[in-house]
Amino acid sequence: MMITNRESFLATISQRLGRNAIPAEKLERKWQYSPQYEVLKDTTQDELVEILMEQCKNIHTDIAVISSEHFSETLRATIEKYGSGSIMQWADERLQTLHVSETIEQLDNTTLHTWNPAIHQDNITIVEQANIGITYSDLTLAESGTVVLLSAAHKGRTVSFLPTNSIIVIPKSTIVPRLTQAAQFLREQDHTPSCINFITGPSNSADIEMNLVVGVHGPVRVTYIVIEDI
Amino acid sequence: MSMKIKDEPFKDRLDESLQNSFMRNAVSQAQGRFQSRKQLASDELGNWEEWRSHGEEIRQHVLENLDYYLQQLSDNVSSRGGHVFFAATAEEATTYIKNIAREKQAKKIVKAKSMVTEEINLNAHLEEMGCTVVETDLGEYILQVDDHDPPSHIVTPALHKNKEQIRDVFTEKLGYTASSAPEELALHARKLLREDYLTADIGITGCNFAVAETGSICLVTNEGNADLVTSLPKTQITVMGMERMVPTFEELDILVSLLTRSAVGQKLTSYVTVLTGPREELDVDGPEEFHLVIVDNGRSDILGTEFQSVLQCIRCAACINICPVYRHVGGHAYGSIYSGPIGAVLSPLLGGYDDFKELPYASTLCGACTEACPVKIPLHELLHKHREVIVEKEGRAPISEQLAMKAFGLGAASSMLYKFGSKMAPSMMNPFTQNNAISKGPGPLKAWTDIREFPAPEKERFRDWFEAREKGGKQ
Repeated sequence: MMITNRESFLATISQRLGRNAIPAEKLERKWQYSPQYEVLKDTTQDELVEILMEQCKNIHTDIAVISSEHFSETLRATIEKYGSGSIMQWADERLQTLHVSETIEQLDNTTLHTWNPAIHQDNITIVEQANIGITYSDLTLAESGTVVLLSAAHKGRTVSFLPTNSIIVIPKSTIVPRLTQAAQFLREQDHTPSCINFITGPSNSADIEMNLVVGVHGPVRVTYIVIEDI
Repeated sequence: MSMKIKDEPFKDRLDESLQNSFMRNAVSQAQGRFQSRKQLASDELGNWEEWRSHGEEIRQHVLENLDYYLQQLSDNVSSRGGHVFFAATAEEATTYIKNIAREKQAKKIVKAKSMVTEEINLNAHLEEMGCTVVETDLGEYILQVDDHDPPSHIVTPALHKNKEQIRDVFTEKLGYTASSAPEELALHARKLLREDYLTADIGITGCNFAVAETGSICLVTNEGNADLVTSLPKTQITVMGMERMVPTFEELDILVSLLTRSAVGQKLTSYVTVLTGPREELDVDGPEEFHLVIVDNGRSDILGTEFQSVLQCIRCAACINICPVYRHVGGHAYGSIYSGPIGAVLSPLLGGYDDFKELPYASTLCGACTEACPVKIPLHELLHKHREVIVEKEGRAPISEQLAMKAFGLGAASSMLYKFGSKMAPSMMNPFTQNNAISKGPGPLKAWTDIREFPAPEKERFRDWFEAREKGGKQ
């Protein structure tokens, strides 16, 4: 794709930096400090779950930690708490392993939609009207209570932020201490997805007299369901 | 809105702000909350100083190799199917963006909060050509609806307004009928803005950080508005100040952690979004076309100078939230979109001394800003450097300072005059003195006493006291 005006722009910068050209060889990053690796070092997976649960209190997020056989009833209860209605889920095999579709199809007053690249913009029309969006965490950060959602053709970005309520499934095995581990994970991938969402609870704003309002542009309520897969 | 937000002289802006008791109260309360949250968030880590030092070394490394990383960034954006435009000036940036709007026949544009687009006055340019530009950050939206009231804080731009004022604006302009409860006001904005996201032709964002290694841009919000701006319209334009970059995701971790903790005391904000190129094949949401506009607009003139470290700034507003001067005068008095200590350093550099020469003097040099800065910019030292430049190179010290120095020079040059002056001072100043302090001084002293008291001259001169002491008199 087009890069415009680069040469003269960068020449000005090189000159201000006191050199004639941009360094040709690969730059080494040598840091004197690295405090991030000390945070939650040597924490067990069970302790990470505890930390995640504690942090959910600060981010206005409900959290349930359950074994996989209790998943269906927890999902059902959460959907009913949110008032059922139209639901959009990712077309994600991992959700189907947990029988999400079957569970929802048995519920009254619900219509289930699954993200489908073949129907293009109709996905947006549906998800915008949906009461609940269901997604699956690719990586979960205990310290901040953050889920990491990696976009893909079958995993639309808007499923996590257009519906009024958001349910995010978190396998316990995806929980890591903090953003540091997510950064390392992302660097190890061959491909960076077009959209990586780090989501920490519902959308909120303190723009009016510093009063916290929960639910501004994105979801108003969020539930994390942690499955003890390990 | 460009960088300059007020045409009135600095002193009039100060007077106006000092008389606005709601705003002053709101600012001091907000500062208190921001400070305690930041304190908690930094204490929690246990080794905050190490985090700051790491943040500083990353930012310094990027600035020292800005040409290298900008080349890498633009190569990677391009290889992911994005367009990159390097804009040396504000005009080049706005012209390029206007051309895209024209080409797309854009009628409606949604925007996520961005200081650099304010700096280049982008909205006015787009509105001039007939586009409707909608700010989607709740604070910015409120200001926009209120006939473009300028922002007074870089993180919470509508800090100077109370909820009753906001309700009145919504009632008048948006047909709002509910109460002044923040929840109801926000809900109304949510409904209206949803429609705007869905019908907009272009989404415009700023850029908290760009990641050179992957050609990604990172947006940090609590509202989630940037996500809707970048997932619904077909065209996305991201405008970034050329220095807002990190080498890889590993350094992004550090800078994002420092930003959210310093700005709002959160471990992470609700939405941290990393976008790489336009949508991929088979993706349904996300833009079909992505443009990254990299803006210089005076930044390269700062590189390689004694002010270079100001470019380390990550726009967290920690310095603003701690500043005793900002606490008293609020954001509008600075007359720039960049207020507080960072604004007092940056505005004269980007906008020139003509408009902003007073700002480096709007500081007590107490150093609280330097201590608060998560990337260790020596802000109070830079303010002092500005004063040196203003007096020594620009030859334009504030008038009162020039007059005072002239008068003192005249008086001190002749021993007769000095003797007379210092002897007469206590009785001459008597009418202005109360409790050993002068709070409404005459002549050149007025400019000083308008903002602080001046100690009354001692009744006994040092010379007389010294003479008497030598003679074994009063001590």
